[in-house]
Amino acid sequence: METGTTRVKRGMAEMQKGGVIMDVMNAEQAKIAEAAGASAVMALERVPADIRAAGGVARMADPTIIEEVQKAVSIPVMAKARIGHFVEAKLLEAMGVDYIDESEVLTPADEVYHIDKHAFTVPFVCGARDLGEALRRIGEGASMIRTKGEPGTGNIVEAVRHMRLMMSQIRKVQNMSRDELMAEAKNLGAPYELLLQVHETGRLPVVNFAAGGVATPADAALMMHLGADGVFVGSGIFKSDNPEKFARAIVQATTHYEDYGLIVELSKNLGTPMKGIEISKLHASERMQERGW
Amino acid sequence: MRIGVLALQGAVAEHVRCIEACGAEGVPIKRTHQLDEIDGLIIPGGESTTIGKLMREYGFIDAIREFSAARKPIFGTCAGLIVIAERITGQDWAHLELMDITVSRNAFGRQRESFETDLEVKGIEGKVRAVFIRAPLITEAGPDVDVLSTYNGQIVAARQGHLLATSFHPELTDDVRIHGYFLDMIRQASA
Repeated sequence: METGTTRVKRGMAEMQKGGVIMDVMNAEQAKIAEAAGASAVMALERVPADIRAAGGVARMADPTIIEEVQKAVSIPVMAKARIGHFVEAKLLEAMGVDYIDESEVLTPADEVYHIDKHAFTVPFVCGARDLGEALRRIGEGASMIRTKGEPGTGNIVEAVRHMRLMMSQIRKVQNMSRDELMAEAKNLGAPYELLLQVHETGRLPVVNFAAGGVATPADAALMMHLGADGVFVGSGIFKSDNPEKFARAIVQATTHYEDYGLIVELSKNLGTPMKGIEISKLHASERMQERGW
Repeated sequence: MRIGVLALQGAVAEHVRCIEACGAEGVPIKRTHQLDEIDGLIIPGGESTTIGKLMREYGFIDAIREFSAARKPIFGTCAGLIVIAERITGQDWAHLELMDITVSRNAFGRQRESFETDLEVKGIEGKVRAVFIRAPLITEAGPDVDVLSTYNGQIVAARQGHLLATSFHPELTDDVRIHGYFLDMIRQASA
């Protein structure tokens, strides 16, 4: 009997496919998310939009919030640790969190190194903007990747940029001849062995979700069309007028992303989605996606 | 032979890959009318609450019950096992209520307790690599249920006529013998 194997950790992410993972801040929100059909919840002290507004240093959530959410639902509970903060990650593992997000939404604890994720039994998800970044994180032991997008903005443009770039780089690598791969590994800053796998299979070796700016059912469906395996929704749900209805609509739009008539119905009378921020209005230092290396 | 994989949420592509490795055609099923075009159905791993909710939302409860009443084979893995069970521990309702078993959800604990191991499975020669992810257990099985495999004395694979269930994930390995076993069930059913 072996726990924490690559297959067990990556397999857990495979079971999330086609699903929506929702940010929640307490037991009540977690129950709303579960009842709406979320495939997992991310327990947080503040959603990204509030982290953005509050400023200062954003850290791992108070353990009481995570435990409250764990008690409230039977679906998997994820939680965020700061980039490089392996002690926060060890605490989350000790609490029995099902998946750790080493996340740029929190203030990085290390400006050079990410967490050695192989050293954990619990699996990790990490953000990436391109194929090189995704394969570096997988090389460190990440079992799931998500686009970074630009969290807490309600603006899908960055998630689209990151997903399109990753997919086009994967297609390019797949079509390269084998003798071009080492130079490409150098260009991308990607481990050669992982790049070779992408070349042979035409896909990332782990599940790839969309995150960072999903604010409507149509946004979720758009990301599925672009090749996402599923969707994280952060601030979008509990910053909307009617979280319950909104959460249900996102779940169904993710499953039936090719059924436009259905998405029209799901999009009716949802109330105002979160206001959103135009990316060019964000100062470079306010862009969370630049965090991580 | 065409085998459907319920594609509302979960690990659909892995099952399709295994079906095709066995030489049959795998079809993701998103709408009830597609059930008319398949010979057997796999309900995959995923989150059972999500899959159950979407099944209700899109009319799959009655449609799959009819499919089962026609004795067409159904195979549930992990969440799929929970979905076809008649009884779920700790709640007074279940989903499809097809198989005479009681299941306990997340019976091994949280993700850090998820594991893989080698198991004997009745009807398959040699050991099978079994991957358990936040897996359920069958805690009670009715008289018509044939226990196919146990782990530490607890039931992790079973068959009742045209219904097959495993609490582990054969679709996460390259060993397709359990899918082959299910395809044999379909051949026998249509013979």
